[in-house]
Amino acid sequence: MSARILHIARNTFREAVRDRVLYNLIAFALLLSGAAIFVGQISIDIERLVVVNLGLTAVSLFGAVIAIFIGIGLVSKEIEKRTLYTVLSRPVRRWEFIVGKFFGLAGTLVVNTFFMAIGVFGALLYVAHRFSSSDRSILVALYFIILEFLIICALSLLFSSFSSPLLSAIFAFSLFVIGSFADDLRGFAGLTHGMTRWIAISAAYLVPNFSALNVISAVAHQQAVSPQLVLQNTLYALFYTAMALSGAVLIFERRNLK
Amino acid sequence: MAPAIEILGLEKSYMVGFWRKRPKRALHPLQLSVEEGEVFGFLGPNGAGKTTTLKLLMGLVFPSAGTARILGQEWTNPEVKAQIGFLPEQPYFYDYLTAHELLDYYGQLSGVAGKDRNRRIAEVLTRVGLTDVKGMQLRKFSKGMLQRAGIAQAILHDPKLVFLDEPMSGLDPLGRREVRDLIEELKQEGKTVFFSTHILSDAEALCDRVGIIHKGELRGVGAVESLTASVQGKIEVVWQGTQVPPSIKALGAEYHVTGDTVRAVMAENQQDAAIDALRRERIRLIAITPLRTSLETYFVEKLQHAQTTAGTTS
Amino acid sequence: MRTRRRVTVVASLCLVTSMALSVLLLRRIDQVRPQATLEDVLYVNSPKLVKRLSLGFSGLMACIYWTRTVQYFGHRHYNHEQSYNELAPLLEIATSLDPQLLPAYQFGASFLAPAPPNGAGEPGRAIELMQYGIDHNPDNWQLYYNLGFVYYTELHDYKKAADVFARGSQVPDAHPSMKVMAARMAEHAGDFETARMLWTASYQTSRESNIRKNALEHLRALSVDEQVTQLQAAVTRFGERSGRLPSSMAELAAAEHMNGVPIDPDGNPYVLTREGRIQLAKPDDFPFVTKGLPPGYKPSALPRFHVKG
Repeated sequence: MSARILHIARNTFREAVRDRVLYNLIAFALLLSGAAIFVGQISIDIERLVVVNLGLTAVSLFGAVIAIFIGIGLVSKEIEKRTLYTVLSRPVRRWEFIVGKFFGLAGTLVVNTFFMAIGVFGALLYVAHRFSSSDRSILVALYFIILEFLIICALSLLFSSFSSPLLSAIFAFSLFVIGSFADDLRGFAGLTHGMTRWIAISAAYLVPNFSALNVISAVAHQQAVSPQLVLQNTLYALFYTAMALSGAVLIFERRNLK
Repeated sequence: MAPAIEILGLEKSYMVGFWRKRPKRALHPLQLSVEEGEVFGFLGPNGAGKTTTLKLLMGLVFPSAGTARILGQEWTNPEVKAQIGFLPEQPYFYDYLTAHELLDYYGQLSGVAGKDRNRRIAEVLTRVGLTDVKGMQLRKFSKGMLQRAGIAQAILHDPKLVFLDEPMSGLDPLGRREVRDLIEELKQEGKTVFFSTHILSDAEALCDRVGIIHKGELRGVGAVESLTASVQGKIEVVWQGTQVPPSIKALGAEYHVTGDTVRAVMAENQQDAAIDALRRERIRLIAITPLRTSLETYFVEKLQHAQTTAGTTS
Repeated sequence: MRTRRRVTVVASLCLVTSMALSVLLLRRIDQVRPQATLEDVLYVNSPKLVKRLSLGFSGLMACIYWTRTVQYFGHRHYNHEQSYNELAPLLEIATSLDPQLLPAYQFGASFLAPAPPNGAGEPGRAIELMQYGIDHNPDNWQLYYNLGFVYYTELHDYKKAADVFARGSQVPDAHPSMKVMAARMAEHAGDFETARMLWTASYQTSRESNIRKNALEHLRALSVDEQVTQLQAAVTRFGERSGRLPSSMAELAAAEHMNGVPIDPDGNPYVLTREGRIQLAKPDDFPFVTKGLPPGYKPSALPRFHVKG
C-alpha cells in the first residue's frame, strides 16, 4: 500500500520536473538578486527589511501559483487524457492515487522552497554581510510557508477531483486570497446578527487560515515567533490538509470516468 | 473450475439531457461468462457498449446494477487486478516518460518485484518490438508504437487474463498481423483473452467463442465453429468458362458468371449430378467447397433481426 | 463494493474529525494572536504604502481597515483598556484608502479626541482627520459637523466651533440645525440645551453602535448634571427660606412641590447628604457626569457603555 503511494508520488514529482516547473527558480533568482543589488547600492538602512520581505513574499507567491496550477490538473488532466485507465486497472486503490498525487506535488514544492531558501539567505548575506541569531526566525517563516503550500495543494487536488481546470483555478485562487484575510473574515462574521450569523461564522472558520501562517512582516522586523504558535499552526495545517484530502478521496471514489 | 469472467447482470444507464435529465441505457443487463484459456471476441458496431462493458469490469465506471466475478473474485477487489492486464481503446500514456520508464512505473504499481522488473521489461519490449526505442519519450511515438507499448504494459506482469479494447485499431496490416500473432501466443501460454473489435475477420480467425452486442444488448453468443457451420448442406461449385450446362440449370441451382468462371450454389446431394454434367460437356472443374456462413452474415442477420423485433430504438 | 464502502466510511470520519479539530485549533490560535489583524498596522502604518500595496483594490482595503478599526476599539473598550494607540493610524489608513468613508470621520470625531480611557486622546489628529475629510468631500455638511463637534466637546473652543458650524451651514443642502448650532455656539455655548442638541444629533445621524452608545451616555450624563444643578439650587432656596438644610430628600421634595422623590435616569433616588450636597446613588453608572459626584470620587471601574439597549 505505502509502496504504491510512494511510486505515484515519485512519478508526480518527475512529471512536474519534466514540465520544467523548476525553471521558476531562475525567475526567482533574478528577482531577488536584482533587488538585493539595487537595495545594497542605495543603502537606505532597510536592506534587510527589503530582502526578507521581498524574498519571503516571492517564495510564498511563486509557490502558491505553482501549487494551484499544477494542483488543479492533477486529477482532471489524467481523466481528460485517459492516462488513468491503465493506472486504475492495476491494484491501485483510488484513495492511494489521490494521496500519492498529493505527496508528489507537496514534495515538488518542498524542493522548490529549499532552493529558494538558499537564495533568500544568500541575498541576506549579501546585503547584511553576516547572519545574526534573529535570522533563525526566517526559517520559521519558511516552514509556515510550506505549511501554507500543503493546504493549497490539498485544496487544489480537491477541486481537481470534480471540477474543470478553469473553475478549479478560480476556486483555488479565491480561497487563497480569502484565506489571507481569514482574521478579518472571522471579525466580520462576529459582527453579524441572526440567521446569517451562523452561516457567516461557519464559512469564516472553514476558510483556510493563511493569515496565521504569514509571519513575514514580524520576521522582517526580527521578531521571534512563539513556539506555541509553531505547534498550533503545524497541527492546524495537518488537520486542514487531512480534511481537504478526505473530501477529494470521497469524491474521487465515486467518480465515473469518461 | 470457475469461469475466468462471469458477468452477472451488469447494466449501466446514464442521465442525459441538459435541463431535464432522462436515463439512457448504455448497457442492458448483461449475462456472460468466459472460461479460462478461452479467446473470447466481443463484437459489435461502434457505440454498441463494448467499451462500456470493459470500463465496468475495470472499475473505471460504476454499474447501475448487477455484479461480476473475475477469476472467482468480486470484480471490485483490487487484488484481483494484479492478475489482469488491460489495453484501452486508443491508449494514451504519460508522454513525458520513456517506454522503459512507463513500464517500470506500471510494474511498480502492479507489484512486480524490483529484481524481476528489469528482466520482465526487457522481455516484453522485445516481444512487442520496441527495444530500440525504449529510451525515447512516448510523446514521440507513432500510433502503432503506442499500441505496442499498450500491449506491453498489459502483459508486463504476466497476468492470467488480458482485456484488449479494439487492439487492432489504427494499425497497418503488418501491425495487425503482429497483434494477431501475439494473441495466438497468449492463448498458447494458457492465458484467457477477452477482446473487443468490430473487425469480424479477426474474430473469426482468433476466437474460440464470440458474443455479439448491439445497442447495449447481447444479441448472440456461441462458438465460432457452430455459428459458421455449413448452411443447410449447400455446396458451391466453381468451373471454368461462361457456359452453364442445361442439366445444371435444371437442378435449380443459382449461378453467377464472373469473368471467366461460373459459380453455382446447389444442394449437397446434387454434387454428383453436377460433376457428371460438367464432365459430359468437357468443362473444367475448378473447385467444390461446402458453403459456410461467414461470421459477417451471422452478424448482420442478428442485427437486422434485432431491429425488426425491437421496433423502437433505445 | 465492500472495499469502497470501507473507504467511504474511513474518509468520511477523517473529514468530519479533521474539520472539527481544525476549527478547534483555529480558536486556540486566535487566543495566541489577539492582535492578529493589527499586525499589519503595527508594521505598515504609512497610508501611502498601504495604498500601494493594495494593488488598486483600495476601496476593498478601506472597508477591511474600517472593520478592523471598529473591532479594535470595541474589543479594547470591552476589556477596559487604557489606551488606543492604533486608532489614529487605523483611521488614517482607512480614510486615505477611501477618502469618502464617512463613517470613519464620525468615528474619529467621537473617539480620537477624548482623553483615555474614553478615547485615544489625540485631539490634534482628530482635527487633522476632519479637515482631511472636508478637503476631500467639500459638499458634505456632516464633516463640518464632525469638526465642530470636536472643537465643542473636547477642546471647548466655542468660538472655533461656531465658526465651523457657520461654514457648514453654508454648504448646499446643509441641515438647518447647522445654522441653529452655529448660533447657539456663539451665545449659549455652555448651556445644557446646546450640548443636548449636539449629542442627540450625534445619536441620530450615526448607525454605528459604539458612537450611538457613547452619545447616549453623554445624554444621560447631561440629564444628571442638569437635575443635580436644579436640585442643588433647590437646596439653596430651602436654606434661604428656612435657614437650615433639609433633613431629608422627602422634605425637600415636599417643599418644592415635586411629584415624589426625585430619581436619576436609572430610577434610583438622588441622595441628600448631611452637608446638603446632592449626589448620585450610583455614580459608577454614569461615566460622563460632572456634577453629583461624591467628594474625592475616583471612577472605580473604567469606562463602559452602561446603557442596556
